[in-house]
Amino acid sequence: MGSGEQNSPARSVRVRIRFFAAPREALGQQELEREVPEGTTVGALLGLLTEEYPVLRAYTRFLSVAVNRAYVGMQTVLHDGDEVACLPPVGGG
Amino acid sequence: MKLFEITPLPISVTEVIARLEDAANGAIVTFIGVVRGETDGRQVHYLEYEAYSEMAEEALARIGGEIRERWPEVRGVAIVHRVGRLGVGETSVVIALAAAHRPQLFDALRYAIDRLKEVVPIWKKEVWAEGAEWKAG
Repeated sequence: MGSGEQNSPARSVRVRIRFFAAPREALGQQELEREVPEGTTVGALLGLLTEEYPVLRAYTRFLSVAVNRAYVGMQTVLHDGDEVACLPPVGGG
Repeated sequence: MKLFEITPLPISVTEVIARLEDAANGAIVTFIGVVRGETDGRQVHYLEYEAYSEMAEEALARIGGEIRERWPEVRGVAIVHRVGRLGVGETSVVIALAAAHRPQLFDALRYAIDRLKEVVPIWKKEVWAEGAEWKAG
């Protein structure tokens, strides 16, 4: 993955994104991996994913996000190796 | 034996209670969630539960911690939630709380199921004859 470094001085981070329930079904995938520029926030990542997968648009405004199993806000900055979980409204019991 | 567990296997209430075994217990209360055969006038065929299991078990443990903080008399907390396909009448969740005496247990039990529905990453899809729907709350 290091071959592009001479073109972009900005470093990137690699994250794993997991989907559950309705958005998982809509997307047809349980998880993705993406490399994003260092400093990318959770909100920006969701924006990128929604652009790439318009089918997610119907769900994004209802999603909560957990990074490494803890609920976080959209301003949270991603780090290398983070597990980002897109969580629709929960309904256990 | 896990006190907070997400499992694909059928849940036995007595087995969950046994996880709290302690001679100092004088009272145990349980909440048992069961798949209902009808919602909003529709006949449910089955439910499909899905969880972010690693986070859900941590979230259940956190609820246990909150209970012991609020009601220090509660000595034991066990919460087991099932995932996968569940038929009508099957047990989806068992919450068991133990204490020396009963007074705090009922409030704590209500708190446990309310918090579970609020924060634990578990989802439920209702499947009926004409379709299916992911239900929140």
